[in-house]
Amino acid sequence: MTEPNAPLVGLQNITKRFVKSLDLTTKLINLVGGNYREEVVQAVDDVSFTIGEGEVVGLVGESGCGKSTIGRMVAGILEPTAGAIQYRGEDLLSLPKAKRRSVSLKSQMIFQDPFASLNPRMRVRDIIGEAPVAHKIVSSDELDDYLDEVMNLCGLEPGFKRRYAHQFSGGQRQRIGIARALAVKPDFLICDEAVAALDVSIQAQILNLFMDLRKELGLTYLLISHDLGVVEHLSDRVVIMYLGRLVEVATAEDLFRDPNHPYTKALLEEVPRIDNRRRNFAPVKGEIPSPIDPPSGCYFHPRCPHATERCKTEAPVLKEIGPGRLSACHLNDATG
Amino acid sequence: MTELANGLPLAAVSATEKAADVETPFQRFLSGYCESKVAIGAFFGFLVVLFLALACPWISPTNPYDLMQVDIMENRLPPGSARYSDGMIYWLGTDGQGRDMLSGIFYGLRTSLFVGAMSGVIALMLGTTVGLTAAYFGGRVDTVIMRIVDLQLSFPTILVALMLLAILGQGVDKIIIALVTVQWAYYARTIRSQALIERRREYIEAAQCLALGHRRIVFRHLLPNCMPPLIVVGTVQVAHAIALEATLSFLGLGLPPTEPSLGLLIANGFDYMLSGRYWISFYPGVALLIAIATINLMGDQLRDVLNPRLQK
Amino acid sequence: MAATLSVENLNTTFFTKAGEVKAVDGVSFEVDKGKILGLVGESGSGKTVTGFSILGLVDPPGRIVNGRILFGGEDLVQLSEESMRHIRGKRISTVFQDPMMTLNPVLRIDTQMIEALLAHEKMTGDAARQRARDALGQVGIPSPDERLKAYPHQFSGGMRQRVAIAIALLHRPELIIADEPTTALDVTIQAQILFEVQALCRESNTAMIWITHDLSVVAGLADDICVMYAGRLVETGTVDGVLDNPLHPYTRGLIGSVPSRNTRGRPLNQIPGMTPSMLSLPKGCAFRTRCAVADGACEEQPEITAPIDGRGVRCFHPHMDNPQ
Repeated sequence: MTEPNAPLVGLQNITKRFVKSLDLTTKLINLVGGNYREEVVQAVDDVSFTIGEGEVVGLVGESGCGKSTIGRMVAGILEPTAGAIQYRGEDLLSLPKAKRRSVSLKSQMIFQDPFASLNPRMRVRDIIGEAPVAHKIVSSDELDDYLDEVMNLCGLEPGFKRRYAHQFSGGQRQRIGIARALAVKPDFLICDEAVAALDVSIQAQILNLFMDLRKELGLTYLLISHDLGVVEHLSDRVVIMYLGRLVEVATAEDLFRDPNHPYTKALLEEVPRIDNRRRNFAPVKGEIPSPIDPPSGCYFHPRCPHATERCKTEAPVLKEIGPGRLSACHLNDATG
Repeated sequence: MTELANGLPLAAVSATEKAADVETPFQRFLSGYCESKVAIGAFFGFLVVLFLALACPWISPTNPYDLMQVDIMENRLPPGSARYSDGMIYWLGTDGQGRDMLSGIFYGLRTSLFVGAMSGVIALMLGTTVGLTAAYFGGRVDTVIMRIVDLQLSFPTILVALMLLAILGQGVDKIIIALVTVQWAYYARTIRSQALIERRREYIEAAQCLALGHRRIVFRHLLPNCMPPLIVVGTVQVAHAIALEATLSFLGLGLPPTEPSLGLLIANGFDYMLSGRYWISFYPGVALLIAIATINLMGDQLRDVLNPRLQK
Repeated sequence: MAATLSVENLNTTFFTKAGEVKAVDGVSFEVDKGKILGLVGESGSGKTVTGFSILGLVDPPGRIVNGRILFGGEDLVQLSEESMRHIRGKRISTVFQDPMMTLNPVLRIDTQMIEALLAHEKMTGDAARQRARDALGQVGIPSPDERLKAYPHQFSGGMRQRVAIAIALLHRPELIIADEPTTALDVTIQAQILFEVQALCRESNTAMIWITHDLSVVAGLADDICVMYAGRLVETGTVDGVLDNPLHPYTRGLIGSVPSRNTRGRPLNQIPGMTPSMLSLPKGCAFRTRCAVADGACEEQPEITAPIDGRGVRCFHPHMDNPQ
């Protein structure tokens, strides 16, 4: 039914708007001459890309770029305002409820904050074991052995089952979160800044765990991160976002060797690297605009050193600039 | 996979762990609570009050509401006087009807605590369900429910209680109904604010990601983590309910004379204050004060212990 | 020339119910005028407590039990709280990770900055306002006149941090202690702030201690580096020296686990195990339980030695490429 290397997850024209609508009082004020407008945050603007089976795709961007929102939409926590999400070719949003639930179980999320992502009042045994039992993946009799298996896989001692979350360190809690995700036998893991809150030495352990699980269980990953070093190391392909729009898509090798979009170039330039000593910083000017009030045309034009008149008025379209490379920049048109 | 991802074999990991195996959230709470000597004292004070209230049929010297035991000739005797018939000491004197004050206080405590606790518990259950529903579903449901809550809270409590009791009449059940009506909204609002915060936390998102049903998420994940402020509000409200009931009884509504609470006792003795027979109002007043103070002091420490910003 | 700040054998201990925690254990370093020192460590290493100890901001149950902090000829440990108040904000100032630890959310920026100025110097309101405006301009905030009238919540995260840095610079301090100021900021904003901080330090010859867990930031910004683990200094030296040729196994592990130092697709070099609890540190060298080259000798606490000129390392088995 699915061919090899077929896309596992596909996003088509996904858009997400957060609208703070006017309540009754403000509507009344508007009637008598007030000038309140609805606040619309365009968190994600017409984004499309696919993730192939077994691939690791890195999703990179700064605050307000929409990467966390996309992660949550793919995981089924948020609904898109428009567009379609496909899983193994089937349109997720048009499936009947029960089927949709079993499909969305296949995509699991690993969260950023190891302290907030575990229920403080549940024991580890219940944190990991609740969902598999509720979905009848495993029976209550078999639960103990199943838990042992999953915990071992994640580097946790099975004896920890009876403990509560607050008794563990950040790295261990993240492992518990990973075990919780693995317990429902997913195909696809979405890591939302999963190592950002951890100490450097623990980050390496968790990243290695991700790589091991990928090999052992054949998992596919969407790695959402602002840390380019991590993304470069683990990803096959990279997607760069700015203020809700896709600006560049390429394989990791191509992107890091030869970035195309000015924003990607700035990002790579400015990431502190351990081998850049006492550098003279020459950063890109300007602030990241607010998503409530984005600039016209190309969102990056106020900060772009190469901005032209066209950039101020016309939003660039994502175009293919090479095999497997996409970029949204007017400058590419000039060079053909 | 025989080796752990972090490179250490299983045995070494367990060796580096500390001795304490499982520390439940309750144990943590207990050690936090016991940091304050005042709170421990208040807890024991409350236990004494509770014991007196529960055990009063057995420990009370007399049953003041058994008409066979009461002698009108014994009325308004000062504390320390002896009963004419058998020399039993009225430790706190007698009231206008000849009833022993000490026994009256025990029975009064019992009624006051019962009414306060019952109304508190029922109001908590009602308010919790309503508040959780509003917070979890949001949108229109939330708006409608919260406007009803606002409406309820904007009426003065005594006024509402008085109106209800005027309509319903006298009786323990009726006063509980009145107290629940004026209290449930506080619980609803409290739990709604806490639930709104907790709802955004990542462990709730994780539960949604794991496709667990709404009811399970609300009752198994959301509710237990919204308990702390509820417990604090609960203690304050129970004390408040006891005081409110005392006020209503003092005003002559609510409880019948056959089942007096401390408030009614105070009311009964009010007429005698100026003529020097202070004990008929005073001692029930002291008992009421002790009951409310112990509950409030416990509530203070609970609030400090359960405040998440003061933790870690 | 005497160093601006000289910390000698600083010991800060927290006396908690669960036991004594030696948050800072025998730490010594110097910061020279106009130089930037990177104080690097992970959580629990004691780097923040070191910064707070210098400022005299360690609250009970913790206190400085031993050591000297020499600043301008005085030992800060011996000074009264009154004297420390005159130094804080004027001669030593601080930038925290969360700018809202510096900024009061209910006061306007000009109110706060003028208050900070008048706390240490007598001047007219107008003069103070002018100084505040200049300070905002110095840190690269556009239209400073308008911005002065704004409240903190009207700024973005990066701007707020810039205001906090401006406040830190108001009295032209001799030393700035910055505790993870850019950790919570985006890459492009972080780059801007690092650029401005670097320029400002060079112009005004201010010494700086930059506390962070991020080796890459220190690589680009600092001149010297001190690495801390479990409250102790484990390695010191120039940035080039330490990052190109790390001697201590922990430093080597830390640098080795950075993705840019590893081959794509291969597992990252990782340090096994976890940081030990400060209540039950291993006997002797605190890193012993995670160290690949530890042996019996490591059950004694090593002292700081200088196997190479200008370097310090606390290890019995430092990695020597070229033993001298």
